[in-house]
Amino acid sequence: MALSVHVDVVSAEESIFSGLAEFVVLPGEVGELGILPGHMPLMTRIKPGAVRLKLLNQEQEELIFVAGGILEVQPGLVTVLADTAIRGKDLDEAKAMDAKKRAEELMANRSAEMDYARAQAELAEAVAQLAAIQKLRKKGH
Amino acid sequence: MAGGKEIRTKIKSVQNTRKITKAMEMVAASKMRKAQDRMRAARPYSEKIRQLAANLSQANNTEFRHPFLEKRADAKRVGLIVVTTDKGLCGGLNTNVLRMALNQMRQWERDGVSDIRVTCVGNKGLGFMQRMGAKVVSNVVHLGDTPHLEKLIGPMKVMIDAFEKNEVDAVYVAYTKFVNTMKQEPRFEQLLPLTGERLGTPDSNWDYLYEPDAKVVIEDLLVRYVEALIYQAVAENMASEQSARMVAMKSATDNAGNVIKELQLVYNKARQAAITKEISEIVGGAAAV
Repeated sequence: MALSVHVDVVSAEESIFSGLAEFVVLPGEVGELGILPGHMPLMTRIKPGAVRLKLLNQEQEELIFVAGGILEVQPGLVTVLADTAIRGKDLDEAKAMDAKKRAEELMANRSAEMDYARAQAELAEAVAQLAAIQKLRKKGH
Repeated sequence: MAGGKEIRTKIKSVQNTRKITKAMEMVAASKMRKAQDRMRAARPYSEKIRQLAANLSQANNTEFRHPFLEKRADAKRVGLIVVTTDKGLCGGLNTNVLRMALNQMRQWERDGVSDIRVTCVGNKGLGFMQRMGAKVVSNVVHLGDTPHLEKLIGPMKVMIDAFEKNEVDAVYVAYTKFVNTMKQEPRFEQLLPLTGERLGTPDSNWDYLYEPDAKVVIEDLLVRYVEALIYQAVAENMASEQSARMVAMKSATDNAGNVIKELQLVYNKARQAAITKEISEIVGGAAAV
């Protein structure tokens, strides 16, 4: 049996791959990386591209496309934390600016002081309603 | 016959309501399963990234200390991320979370916190925070049934940036944790700075080789970790929403059934009374002749 490492490819939304591989090829930030079993501990960012896995005792290779992410290598374990979206400082910045602008527009027309009393009253009313419904239900049965 | 027609109309309308609540119950039940699957699907990632962050927080003491891991002395300005649902009709879910958030905000105010910034996820929380006049710095609404990290990145970055720039000293998140179908709990947790107990103990103690260098990689990783935590909270909130809605709609359907039963009884009595009255009138009339 050939040497192998355990490879996990996970994204925030799902687990993409988990299994044993003999050889892994990834697009690292500073260049293509080839990882064999027993590689030294390494942590790096990866670029958008394909992760190629040579599975244990199998001829064909498994191809997984990732939109970037982070790679962690331990001697017997390779973890790819894949991004679900193409990330970039500018892209993220634009998204944040956008979100900020929307919030500011919403903030523009409102009273300045926090109205705790009113909010409290509003919540108390909702809670009272719920309690009343619960009571009614108990009585009904 | 007194009000016979009115009662019949009323019964019809309650029956229609029952149909709707029943349909909503079934829709929520099927969505609930999917939402739970998604919540579970997100776990491996957050578990992995938590381990990594824990390893880092241990392994990296000498080289570089990230601000996310630095404990700040006195939190005088705080950020709060409130996760609620977009739609109503899900029992006390949003009310419970918002009440908890509100109590916390009052507490902060009493403790002399001068600046509370709020990021709202979900329509209900946004509406509430705006009505009460909180300082909403960013928001996400209309997430739909699938939480997409992409939609969350921008608004979360606003808060994370504020923390990095020292504009807030701590960031908290309030959401509803999914315990099981019948039980959902409002939760309030500290997000930033990352605390030791949250990270847990590292499973190994590697001295990593960083490419291109430690600072960039760690920064990227920690930002993703924070995002994963928020994503997890949103996914849990969605699963909670669907199960809370299912339970709420089930009880609404049951209640409608009870109302129909009672109305039917009233209707039958009214009908019987009308018939009796008519007969006695006829008998009375015949006797008079």
